[in-house]
Amino acid sequence: MSINHRTVIEADPNLPTVRVIRDFDAPPERVFRAWIDPELIVQWLGPKDTTMRIDAWEAKTGGGYRYAVERDGEEIAAFYGSFHEVRSASRLVQTFTYEGAPDGVSLDTMTFEEIEPGRTRVTALSVVDTMEGRDAIIASGMESGVVEGYEKLDALLEH
Amino acid sequence: MSEDRLSRVFAALADPTRRDMVARLAVGDATVGQLAHPYQMSMQAISKHLKVLEDAGLVTRSRDAQRRPCHLEAEVFDLMTKWIERYRQQAEERFSRLDAVLAAMADEEPAAKTKRKGAAS
Repeated sequence: MSINHRTVIEADPNLPTVRVIRDFDAPPERVFRAWIDPELIVQWLGPKDTTMRIDAWEAKTGGGYRYAVERDGEEIAAFYGSFHEVRSASRLVQTFTYEGAPDGVSLDTMTFEEIEPGRTRVTALSVVDTMEGRDAIIASGMESGVVEGYEKLDALLEH
Repeated sequence: MSEDRLSRVFAALADPTRRDMVARLAVGDATVGQLAHPYQMSMQAISKHLKVLEDAGLVTRSRDAQRRPCHLEAEVFDLMTKWIERYRQQAEERFSRLDAVLAAMADEEPAAKTKRKGAAS
């Protein structure tokens, strides 16, 4: 299996949802920790060539968070939300708002499932309230910025 | 503008009848009458669906021929597939970094805690 095709994206044509599925070579406890420990999440969550700056992070049921993404020391986007439920090593439910679109909120449910010893499947389901909002999430790839891909897409859109 | 276009494509495909029409046009061009045939719907309803598909750029109709057959613009699908693929690649990039973080965490965990078979104790 090609390493490039390990992440599966499902955008339901009838529902404003996006599902992202990915398997990891680690037990659920460890994957879960990488998701909720602020020192660990900053190492992987932000887009390429950016720094994730955490302003608030209380990863417990009923807690909240806010973080900003910086490039070359400049803030390019900020996000906040609640930890609706933190169920150790199995389920994480969060709200998620991009501050640039403050009326939009996504309900994200991450499930961590041990598919075999030492291997974990993470399913992240994002639910928003309109199809347009969902499409904006998919189109957000445009802003979060891998420049080389941009150019290819631009060329395609010009046709 | 491109985001609008993407939204129109997704919205157009949100309806099961329109998805079915698209699937049938993928096989070959068809007239409105041919398209309407399998459905228990008025021609007016079918025309409405077609209009949505046309507005999204998914379907075109020739202006000259009297039958004005409907034609599926397959490249729009390529476009949508590309957007989703782009989104997927970005997710994969993130998760590759997470793979590295997880591997580093495994190294830090004391040997007694790792349950891997054959691990030196």
